[in-house]
Amino acid sequence: MNNQTAAANAPAAATSKPKSSLRHSLSRWNAPFAGYLFIAPWLIGFLVLQLWPIIQSFYLSFTEYSLLDPPRWIGTKNFESIAHDRLFFNSLKVTFTYVLTSVPLKLASALAAAMLLNRAVRGIAFYRTAMYLPSLIGGSLAVAVLWKNIFGIDGFINKLVILFGVMPKNWIGTPETALWTLVVLTCWQFGSAMIIFLAGLKSIPNELYEASSVDGASKPRQFFMITLPMLSPVILFNLIMGIINSFQMFTSAFIITNGGPINSTEVYALFLYKKAFGSLEMGYASALAWILLVIVGIATLFNFIASKYWVFYESETGAGK
Amino acid sequence: MKKELDFKGKLLTHALLIAVSIMMIYPVVWWFGASFKTTQEIGLPTLFPSKWMWENYPDGWNALPKYTFTYFYINSIKVNVTATILHVVAASLVAFGFARLTFPLKNFWFSILLMTIMLPSQVTLIPQYSMFHSFNWVNTYLPLVVPAAMGGAFFIFLIVQFIRSIPRELDESAKIDGCSWFGIYWRIIMPLTKPALVSATIFSFIWGWDDYFSPLIYLNSVDKYTIPLALRMFIDTQSAVAWGQLLAMSLLSITPPVLIFFLAQKHFVEGIATTGLKG
Repeated sequence: MNNQTAAANAPAAATSKPKSSLRHSLSRWNAPFAGYLFIAPWLIGFLVLQLWPIIQSFYLSFTEYSLLDPPRWIGTKNFESIAHDRLFFNSLKVTFTYVLTSVPLKLASALAAAMLLNRAVRGIAFYRTAMYLPSLIGGSLAVAVLWKNIFGIDGFINKLVILFGVMPKNWIGTPETALWTLVVLTCWQFGSAMIIFLAGLKSIPNELYEASSVDGASKPRQFFMITLPMLSPVILFNLIMGIINSFQMFTSAFIITNGGPINSTEVYALFLYKKAFGSLEMGYASALAWILLVIVGIATLFNFIASKYWVFYESETGAGK
Repeated sequence: MKKELDFKGKLLTHALLIAVSIMMIYPVVWWFGASFKTTQEIGLPTLFPSKWMWENYPDGWNALPKYTFTYFYINSIKVNVTATILHVVAASLVAFGFARLTFPLKNFWFSILLMTIMLPSQVTLIPQYSMFHSFNWVNTYLPLVVPAAMGGAFFIFLIVQFIRSIPRELDESAKIDGCSWFGIYWRIIMPLTKPALVSATIFSFIWGWDDYFSPLIYLNSVDKYTIPLALRMFIDTQSAVAWGQLLAMSLLSITPPVLIFFLAQKHFVEGIATTGLKG
């Protein structure tokens, strides 16, 4: 775990002054009492609202708990039930499908849009606003309502696909296609990732492209040899945050399809919600929550470890990592 | 990477930009037009209605029994503004502590802070609910507002990154002049941190405005409902969904975030870019 925090801190530290010379004068800033006083709001909140609940939730996963009565210890029964729960494996399948398709597609779209927006043409602010707008209106219930309408049997998507010779159908009511409507919704909202990519693109020094042009490098070659490596820390950031967030996706699935049809869109967060607040099986839901934590932790760890092989950090001294 | 494009390049770029922009905002444009249509017309592929049903808006506003949307807007504003103020004030204090002061275990706690940004909310959900339930806070706004007093890890991180770019010499001279830590925070750092504070305010407000999950699990009685819950009730209580009215109300509900974006575009973009680049 230390590596990932070091990696997270390294770029941050690299953008401020070198720490070694500051350390000597930092004794003036050594203020244990004041320091803890300032961070007290967060620290108290962390201990009471995050750390304690995490521990408690671990405990609860070994109990049967309906909120109305005290928790009753049942050992590993919850986990055994989960291992035999068809709906659990279904939600894993649905969620993994969703994460593994929506995150790459969304990032690729965001990068493509950012590269398009990085050109010097007039009215660029207008185009940027247009592309950011979907992301702005966000994961709100209102957008879910819109989506439910346009992908329904009478929606305008059907009018559109007829032009391409595709059979109109109720995209939301068909088990094979329902999840894809959610994927499309996520990809449509690539705005935040796009803005981050745009900022990253602008920070790539022009000299790199100019020098390679002089050497006769083609555009695709420049993309793979300059753009991608220079952007790789940003890509990593977007990738990790994208994966973590998409594992928790709830509102769209809840409002647009409510997990249906035939559980084809019952993502993990929705499955967990139904267990916790639907059937009041809070012990079972706590076990589910911890399994999710482990999955997300492993995915994040994997990304950090793998990042050593493809992420290029340019520190202040110019030495690559 | 702003290159000089020749005419053909410019033309192609514009064509692509227009095509993509249209794809992106078409659903919203359709949304706007559909909110003025009759229910029968919504199924038609036309963008705009033949007869503009302006009544959809006032009808939808008053459609729910007992409460008009005015009431729900006030609820949403009450909750959201309070939470946002708490977020920004608390986050700025915590960020000052992390960015400017040294204390034992500081790096350890900062790493913990970063890790909590990545924590799935599900894992704290049930114990938190249980805790608030035992305090009798369910069906009040307290579970939605009190946690904001811890600052929010993302906002703290955002402000910390920004404070780090402020030269320490300013702190030094103030300290030499005998300024207290709080004085440095209040008189020197905070005025200079305004852009990050604005970004944090904007993000907190917009994310809070859209929040459906917390109100869903904590608010039970209609008189406490925020806008997303009211919209949901709209869907549930109308046996034949008056799509025009529903779309009209939904469209109205996203206008505050959109408005804020247009007024503060620069801060928005800078805020996102700062966390992505330096994170």
